[in-house]
Amino acid sequence: MSKYFIRRLLISIPALLGISLVLFTVLALAPGDPFEELATNPNVPPEVRANLRTQFGLDDPIPVRYVRWITSMVKGDWGFSFASRVNVSTLIMQRLPTTLFVLGTAQLLAILVALPIGVYSAVRPYSLFDQIATSFAFIGFSLPTFFTGLLFILFFSIYLDWLPFIYRADIGTTGWRWVWDMTRQAIMPITVLGLFQGATLTRFVRSAVLDVVRLDYVNTARSKGLSEGMTILKHVVRNALIPVVTLLSLQIPTVFTGAVITEQIFRVPGIGSLLISAILSNDTPVVMSIIFVFSVLVVLFALIADLTYAWLDPRISYR
Amino acid sequence: MANGTTADVLLAGAPAAKRPAESLTAEVWRRFRRHRLAMFGAVMLATIVFAVAVGPFIYRVPINEIDFKAKLKTPSWAHPMGTDDLGQDLLARMLYGGRISLAVGVAAMLIGVTVGTAVGAVAGQTGGAVDNALMRVTELFLAIPQLPILLLVVYLFRNSMTKAMGPELGLFVMIVVVIGGRGWMPVARLVRAQFLSLREKEFVEAARGLGARPFRQIVRHILPNALGPVIVAGSLDVAAAILLESTLSFLGLGFPPDIPTWGRILADAKDNLDFAPHWAIFPGTAIFVTVLCINYLGDGLRDALDPRKVL
Repeated sequence: MSKYFIRRLLISIPALLGISLVLFTVLALAPGDPFEELATNPNVPPEVRANLRTQFGLDDPIPVRYVRWITSMVKGDWGFSFASRVNVSTLIMQRLPTTLFVLGTAQLLAILVALPIGVYSAVRPYSLFDQIATSFAFIGFSLPTFFTGLLFILFFSIYLDWLPFIYRADIGTTGWRWVWDMTRQAIMPITVLGLFQGATLTRFVRSAVLDVVRLDYVNTARSKGLSEGMTILKHVVRNALIPVVTLLSLQIPTVFTGAVITEQIFRVPGIGSLLISAILSNDTPVVMSIIFVFSVLVVLFALIADLTYAWLDPRISYR
Repeated sequence: MANGTTADVLLAGAPAAKRPAESLTAEVWRRFRRHRLAMFGAVMLATIVFAVAVGPFIYRVPINEIDFKAKLKTPSWAHPMGTDDLGQDLLARMLYGGRISLAVGVAAMLIGVTVGTAVGAVAGQTGGAVDNALMRVTELFLAIPQLPILLLVVYLFRNSMTKAMGPELGLFVMIVVVIGGRGWMPVARLVRAQFLSLREKEFVEAARGLGARPFRQIVRHILPNALGPVIVAGSLDVAAAILLESTLSFLGLGFPPDIPTWGRILADAKDNLDFAPHWAIFPGTAIFVTVLCINYLGDGLRDALDPRKVL
């Protein structure tokens, strides 16, 4: 297992390098100047701009610039935000916990919804429950999160006036009051994101369980006298989970898409909404760093998914 | 629905053997019709396409006629879908925007499928180092967080594209290319898998034995047989592309307000939810229904094109 872990860890490095290379190529191919904001500012004389260009090495050949960029990225030296004049890393570190909290809880909610519903649907295929569940799953992943988010705000915040629709990082209360306020404001973004992910996941779980449930070894488990619940839990679900974990890891890039949208709708102060505001204010260092952070997170979660995969299916680590 | 037991297969297979030979299209159509939801999706989708294609010729209200006396009106006879904050007629804007949303969806899908098929075909046919390299690139692109990189590309190339081709065409081309460019990976993997299994089949071997060149083998013999899953993936990709375009417009990084796609209308509506909910509900529902119908259609096609599935 530890050997597999090290091998898998080593695969992540070229993946990350590849992604960073793509990112940098896009940036380098782009017309215009990352210092366009300075260029259009009349207070900055042309000599200063030229000095800045040499200082930041913008006139060097692209491979040199890439190597310099990636080393400073890895060292955590992410530069200054043009818009807010703070270190980009400070800015991101302030925002990251909120994003991870919302994403993690939403994903947990998705799994909690999808697992029981998917398994129960597959155990009784084409029953009434299954038909209702599959229809809802279908509707669920056809509903764009930005629309469900607006509908939730319309119903729960405006019509019923139960929940606040603006998420605040510092609520100003303490103790249980803080927990209560936090829950109230986090319910809508987490539900919107969680239900969307859950709908997709339900379909995965259902088809994975459906593949396994008719196999001979399941009948063997039943005929040796195991109760139905035990058979499903210990023999069907554990094996069906293996492809589900793979699909979960493939879903991770999509999860970040959902995060950007929900953060924007509910004004959650996470890195997704920071990305949008940075783009709208032409803040290149922040934009590049956030996308880099997203990529690192994707690779990291793929790693975690693969390790879970190896734990669920011991055959994997012996390859 | 098929339960997949042996008895079902035998029962369903028996009359099929007696039926006179039918063409592939006829068979797919017969099987597709059995899928009630897919038929529903197809009919609804045809209605939507017809409405946005013909609608603006019948309903001749201009999309940008500003009338402050009639702003934020709820649906009425004069304005069947109400008006927005400038008093512009929402039905006219919805019909116009639907054209763009659907066109972006189809065009982006075509790009994705073309690139994906090409990459998959080359990888599957040549094998070896080329295959390996192409698949690594595909995996790399799959691992990139989609929306952030789309936003980055739009952010970096937006101004120069508008300058080069004008605001409407430039943005349209950029958005289509960008959305199409993120959809090719699954298609490439699908096509490659099909190639790997098909190129070893007897009929391809026969063609090879008769002296068919690789190009002819691919185009005449392998590709037509690999098409089924590609059609399904392509139809589902239209839905994904429409969603992405709406997302970009919703985030304010797609089309500008004077080109009212469904996502753009929704974005403008979101700050007026408390007093003009109709403004958001119509475009949102339009996106939802279109995507749902395409997904049903794709599901039906998947079942109809899968020869192993008994319908």
